[in-house]
Amino acid sequence: MVIECKHVWEHISDYLDGTLSPEIREEVQKHLEHCEICSAILDSTRNILILTADERVFELPLGFSERLHARLEAEIRGIAPAPSTPRNSNETSTGERSAFTEPDEPSDE
Amino acid sequence: MTGISDSTDEAQIIASILAGNTHLFHDLIRPHERSVYAMALSLLHNEADAEDAAQEAFLKAFRNLAKFRGESKFSTWLISITLNEARSRLRSKKTVKMESLDEPPESQGSVTPALLRDWREIPSEALERQEIRALIQQAITDLPLIYREVFLLRDVEELSVNQSAEALGISIASVKVRLHRARIMLQKKLVPQLKRVSPKRRWFSWS
Repeated sequence: MVIECKHVWEHISDYLDGTLSPEIREEVQKHLEHCEICSAILDSTRNILILTADERVFELPLGFSERLHARLEAEIRGIAPAPSTPRNSNETSTGERSAFTEPDEPSDE
Repeated sequence: MTGISDSTDEAQIIASILAGNTHLFHDLIRPHERSVYAMALSLLHNEADAEDAAQEAFLKAFRNLAKFRGESKFSTWLISITLNEARSRLRSKKTVKMESLDEPPESQGSVTPALLRDWREIPSEALERQEIRALIQQAITDLPLIYREVFLLRDVEELSVNQSAEALGISIASVKVRLHRARIMLQKKLVPQLKRVSPKRRWFSWS
C-alpha cells in the first residue's frame, strides 16, 4: 500500500520518537525513500528538535545564580525543609501540593 | 541527563539535606538552574518574571523536599513545580487570559509542515550566533500555550510522555497530539527562517 505525503506528515512525531507500529513505520520508510519533500521535512524537523534542546538556546541572565543562591541562603537560614515545622506550617497547609502528583490544572480534555 | 550514579548521588544529597545539612541544597540545584529558568522564561515571556518564578520554584522545592519521593527524577519533580508556578502566575495575570488553555481554533485539524526539497543540516555550533538563538527562542515562545507546555516538558526538559501527561494533568493521547502539532508548527516557522540566515558556504562542508 502506498501512503500519501500528508499521511506521512501525521506520523513524523511518532516516527522521530520511534513509537510507530512496525507496519506503519515500514510504509513511512518506503515513502521516504522516494519522496524528497517528506525526507526534507523529516530531516528538518529532527534538526530543529536537536537545536531547540540545546542548552545554549536559553542562557541564564547575568548574575542569576548569585541572586538565586543569596535568596536560597536567606530561606535556608530561616527554615529547615521539614514537613511540619511550626514556622512554615502555614505555607505547607495552604499550598504546596506535590506538583507532580496533583497538577494545579484540571484536565481540559 | 542524569545517569544512575548521578541519581544515586542525588538521593544521598537529598537524604543528607533532610537530615539537616541544608546547605547542600545549593549543590543539589546547581545543575538544574538553566532548565528551570528556560521553562519559566518560555512560559512567562519576560526575563524578570521568569527569574522570580524560577527562584520561587527552587524555594518551593526546598520547603517541600520531604515530599519528594524519589519515584521520579529530582529534575522531573523540579520542572513540575516550575510548571505549576508559571501556570499560577499566568492565571493571575488577567491580560494573559487571552492566551487560554483552550485549543486555538486554527489547529483543530492537522498542521501542515513547511515544504522543502532539501535540508542542509544546521549544526549545533550555529547556536553560538545570537541571531539563531533569538529565532529559536522566539519560535518556542510564540507557540500557543497548550503546545508550548508539552513541547517544553517533552523536547526541552526531556520528560517522558507519561511524565508530561502527569505534570500537565492531561491524557497521554493528548500529549502525543499536542507534541506532534508543536513540532510541526516549529518546523513550519523555523525552517524558512533558518534557511534564510544560514550562510551556505560555511555549512556546506558539514554535510
